[in-house]
Amino acid sequence: MRTLRLSITFIGLLAVWQLIVVATGAPPYILPAPADVALAMAERPALLMQHAWVTFAEIVLGLAFGTVLGVVSALTIALYRPAKQWLLPVLVISQALPVFALAPVLVLWLGYGMPSKVAMAVLIIYFPVTAAFYDGLRRTEAGWLDLARTMGASRGAMLRHIRIPAALPAFGSGVRVGAAVAPIGAVVGEWVGSSAGLGYLMLHANARMQVDFMFAALALLAGFGLLLYFAVDAGLRRLTYWQREQSPFDD
Amino acid sequence: MQGFLPEQQTAPSVILTGGHLRFAGKEVFQDLNLTLAAGKWTCLLGPSGVGKTSLLRQLAGLRAEDGDLEGTVSAGDGAPLAERVAYMAQQDLLLPWASVLENVLIGRKLRGEAIRAQDRDKAMAVLSDVGVAAEATALPATLSGGMRQRAALARTLFEDRPVILMDEPFSSLDAITRRRLQDLAVRLLAGRTVLLVTHDPMEALRVGDEILVLKGSPARIQPPMAPTGPTPRQEDRDRLWPLYADLLRQLGADAPGPGGEAV
Repeated sequence: MRTLRLSITFIGLLAVWQLIVVATGAPPYILPAPADVALAMAERPALLMQHAWVTFAEIVLGLAFGTVLGVVSALTIALYRPAKQWLLPVLVISQALPVFALAPVLVLWLGYGMPSKVAMAVLIIYFPVTAAFYDGLRRTEAGWLDLARTMGASRGAMLRHIRIPAALPAFGSGVRVGAAVAPIGAVVGEWVGSSAGLGYLMLHANARMQVDFMFAALALLAGFGLLLYFAVDAGLRRLTYWQREQSPFDD
Repeated sequence: MQGFLPEQQTAPSVILTGGHLRFAGKEVFQDLNLTLAAGKWTCLLGPSGVGKTSLLRQLAGLRAEDGDLEGTVSAGDGAPLAERVAYMAQQDLLLPWASVLENVLIGRKLRGEAIRAQDRDKAMAVLSDVGVAAEATALPATLSGGMRQRAALARTLFEDRPVILMDEPFSSLDAITRRRLQDLAVRLLAGRTVLLVTHDPMEALRVGDEILVLKGSPARIQPPMAPTGPTPRQEDRDRLWPLYADLLRQLGADAPGPGGEAV
């Protein structure tokens, strides 16, 4: 059922796309038709995949490091009062500065290779994960903590057995946002300076008016973004297995 | 069938001296002295906002939810009280990610103690005492309110503390389920020093060895009422209705409350 729905959405999008191409009569160097893009994809699949892997690796590594860093930061802020006062401004600054502005500096410092792109992705993922998990850690049901206190629990045990599990649903929300925005970091990094990756490929294809090829790279990026999001979502659901889902549809 | 006698010595009496609660610049209660008789059920009634829950929290060694608490809590036998108190709230406080069995064992986990085979056996035994053994592996969300409160009672029993402090543990249950749980608690908690904070005068009359009413501003404890006969008592058989009327009067059922609001 889900596959069917997804394929209908996919085919529908292609149909709309084709319709726009036909209706506007746009030349292929402005808006290529779906078939042209598919052709471009089929022409040089090895090249596309080679660069796609680079970008995917950057995104996945960025998500992994960003999540770990976010978890550590959230725990630090939640556990040590001075850390909250000192770290929180840094956290906000990390988000207030646009990654687009930071990208050239990161490339300058970390080079044209993967590290600067991973750092970009980390930077973009770090904040939603930290903010969401920290929020979850602060909002533990007071009754559970009271009960734990009367049972003689240490602070560490309360954190481990009550606060952290209770914060997992909030943590999940942060990671979902992170998974959705992670590609931005990697691709922006590639635009600014790189020798590989889908962003690099797109930039070059654009410069050479190979718009169909650029769209092929874009489609690949979108597909991977979707796959990543659903994989992360499925993983998080298993992590918070006790959460019963309800939706406004059922009201 | 007596589930588990406390392993420790006999249950001590619990004494509060100089209890004092200040909230929003007002003295809710002050110079309050209270003794929970050893091995007996004491029930505490009183209008909302009179500080019953704060009093219970003070005895449990917890901070007040709002306001400042002062006073000294000690045990009649002179030994420290801290590790001898179990707490039960109106909400079952079962952790939603843990199975019923894991919830019963949570105290050991929280204290960093290993969970041995004999602990599991004991947990299963208390679960079957309260009638939830079949649901041991279920998550709390799949249980009814009554079953959840039974599981919470099992968790309390597993902790095996001689002093039990309960804050309206049965108030969210329907009448029949509530009676069953009262009966069960009286049977399984026999021999322990119990404080039950409740809004329900009949509940106090059914299970209490001594019934205290806290009221006034600042609140004072009224002269105790001690219904006779073994608990759990029956409304008709033990002639509880006149006492019930008495308690309602004490709680101000006659007085026209603000907006006609009673107890």
